[in-house]
Amino acid sequence: MLGLILRRMAAGWITVVIVAVVVFIGVEVMPGDACTAMLGRDAARGDVLENCRDRMGLNSPPVERFVAWAGDLAQFDLGVSMKRERPIADIVGPRLRNTLILAAAAALAGVPLAIGLGVMVAMRRERPFDIIVSTTALVAMTMPEFVVAALLILIFAIWLGWCAGVVTAAYDAPALALLFATPLPAVTLALVYMAHILRMVRSSVIDTAGADYILMARMKGVPERQIVLRHLLPNAILPTIPVIGLTLAWLLSGVVIVESAFNYPGLGRLAVNAVADRDLPLVQATALIFGLIYVSMTLIADLIAMALNPRLRTRRL
Amino acid sequence: MIGAPILRAVLSKPSGAIGVTLVVGHVMLAVLSPLVLPHDPIAQSADLILQMPSLSYPFGTDRLGRDILSRVMLGGRAAMLIATLATLVAMVWGTVVGLLLALIGGRIDTYMMRIVDALSSIPGILIVMIFVAALGVGAAALIPILGYSYGLSVVYIARAAALDFVARDFVLAAQARGEARSTILIREILPNVRDTLAVQGAMQWSWLMLGITSLSFLGLGVAPPTPDWGLMIADARGVMPTAPWAVLWPMAMLSTLIVGVNLAADAFAKALGVDQQLRTVAA
Repeated sequence: MLGLILRRMAAGWITVVIVAVVVFIGVEVMPGDACTAMLGRDAARGDVLENCRDRMGLNSPPVERFVAWAGDLAQFDLGVSMKRERPIADIVGPRLRNTLILAAAAALAGVPLAIGLGVMVAMRRERPFDIIVSTTALVAMTMPEFVVAALLILIFAIWLGWCAGVVTAAYDAPALALLFATPLPAVTLALVYMAHILRMVRSSVIDTAGADYILMARMKGVPERQIVLRHLLPNAILPTIPVIGLTLAWLLSGVVIVESAFNYPGLGRLAVNAVADRDLPLVQATALIFGLIYVSMTLIADLIAMALNPRLRTRRL
Repeated sequence: MIGAPILRAVLSKPSGAIGVTLVVGHVMLAVLSPLVLPHDPIAQSADLILQMPSLSYPFGTDRLGRDILSRVMLGGRAAMLIATLATLVAMVWGTVVGLLLALIGGRIDTYMMRIVDALSSIPGILIVMIFVAALGVGAAALIPILGYSYGLSVVYIARAAALDFVARDFVLAAQARGEARSTILIREILPNVRDTLAVQGAMQWSWLMLGITSLSFLGLGVAPPTPDWGLMIADARGVMPTAPWAVLWPMAMLSTLIVGVNLAADAFAKALGVDQQLRTVAA
C-alpha cells in the first residue's frame, strides 16, 4: 500500500519534470529569445542585444541553461521577472494565494451543491425539474467562461445592482476582502464546475438505481428512505469523488479566463499580463506552477480513489 | 459516410433537429454573410456611437459606431476557419498516434502514454500563451499550437476505441497474413473507429471554437479590427451599463453555435451507436 502511494508520487514528480522540460523547450524552439521578446524586434540589435544576452546568461548552451534553471527551481528560486525586475517568487506568491482562495471558495460552495442537485434530479428523472436543471447544466457546460462572466455581471451587477461587477481590491488585500468584494468570479467558476459534476452524479445515481442489490432490497421490503440513504447513495456517490477531483483539476484553466474577466488579481491574470508584456521567465514560471497544481490535484484524486476503493490498491500502476 | 437512415434518426428527435438546424444556419450565415451585409463592419463613425437598436441598425452600434449586426454576422468566420483547420490537425495526429499505440502495445505504449499524461497536465491555454508570448499575436500561428494541444485528448479517445479491436480475430488474421502495420491500421482498425472519431471531431471543433474565442477575448487570438465574437464581447464589457446589446448579440451567436454543435454531436453519437463508447472513454 505504502509502496503504491510512493510509486504514484514518483510518477507525479516525473510528470512535473516532463512539464518543466516542455515549458523550457517551448520557449527554446521559438525564433528569438527572452531578450528579443523584451527589447522588441527593432531594438534587439548589436551591442544592446549582446549585453542583454550576457546579463541573462543566454549565451551558454541550452542544456547548461536548463540545468541551471532546473537547479534554481529545485531550490524554489523561480528567477527574476524581466519586466517587473523583481524575484518571480515575490510576484507569484500572493497571486497564487488569491487563485487558491478563489478556487477553494468555488469548490467548497459548488461541489456539495452540485452533488445534492445531481441526486435530486436523478430521483426525479425525466420530470420537469430534472429536465430544467439538466438542460441548464448542459448549457452551462457548453458556454465559455467569459460569456457566463459577462452575463452574470450584466444581470447581478448592472441590472440588479447587488454587487460590484469587477474586483478592485489590490493583489495583497486580505483573503476575505477579496472574496467579499464580489462573489461573481467564484460563482462563475462554480457554475462551470457544478454543471460537469451534476451531470456525472446524475448518471451515476441513475445507473446505481438499476442495480440488482437495489431491487433485492426493495423486494425484501426495506423502507424506500433506507434504500436511498444506505444502499443507493453511498454506492453511487463514492465512485464519483475521485472523478470530481479530476474535473476540478481539468477545469483549472478556466481560472485564467475568469480572473481576466473580473480583473481578479490571481495567477491566471498574471499569466495573461506576462504574455502581454512578453515576460518569458514569468510566463514559464506561471505555466510551471499551473502544471504543478494540476499534478498535485490528480495525485490527491488518485489517492482518494485508492482510499475509497480497495480494488485499486492492488492494481499495478 | 452518413447515410440517410442515420440522418433521419438524428432529425426525428427534437434535440437533434434543433442542433442540426442551428449548425446549418450558422454555417450558411458564415458563408453567405459577405453578400448581404447591411453596413461596412469596420467603418467607424463618431456620430453613431452606441446607438440603440433601430430600423437602420437593427442590433445597434458599438462604442466606435460600427454596425453590430454586420459585425455579428461576420464574427464567427475567422474563429470557425481556425477551429476547422486546427481540428483537422488535432484529429490527424491524435488518431495516428492513438491507433499506433493501441496496435503496438507493450512497453512503448505504456511509456508513451505516460508522456501524453504529462503533456496533458499543462493546461492548453498556457501552452498557447507561451507561444503567443514569444511569437506575438497571429491567428495563423495558432493553428499548429491548438492542433497539438487539442490533439492530446484525441490520442486517448482513438487509443481506447482501437483497443476494443486490436485483440479481435480479424486483426490477428491480418497479422498472421503478414500485413504491414500501416495496412492493418487503415484497413482493419480505422473503419471500426471511424464513427467514434467523427463524433469526437465534432466535439473537438466546438471546444476549439470555445478556446479560440476565449483567446480572442484575452487579446491573444484574432486581432482587431477583424470582427470576432470574443473580441466584441471583450470590447463591449466596458459599456455594458449603457449598451447591453453590444455584448448580448455576440454572446447569443456564440452560444447558439456551441449548443447547436453539442446537440447535433450528441444526436449523431446516439444514432451511430457510439455514445456508450465515448462515455466510457471519457470516464
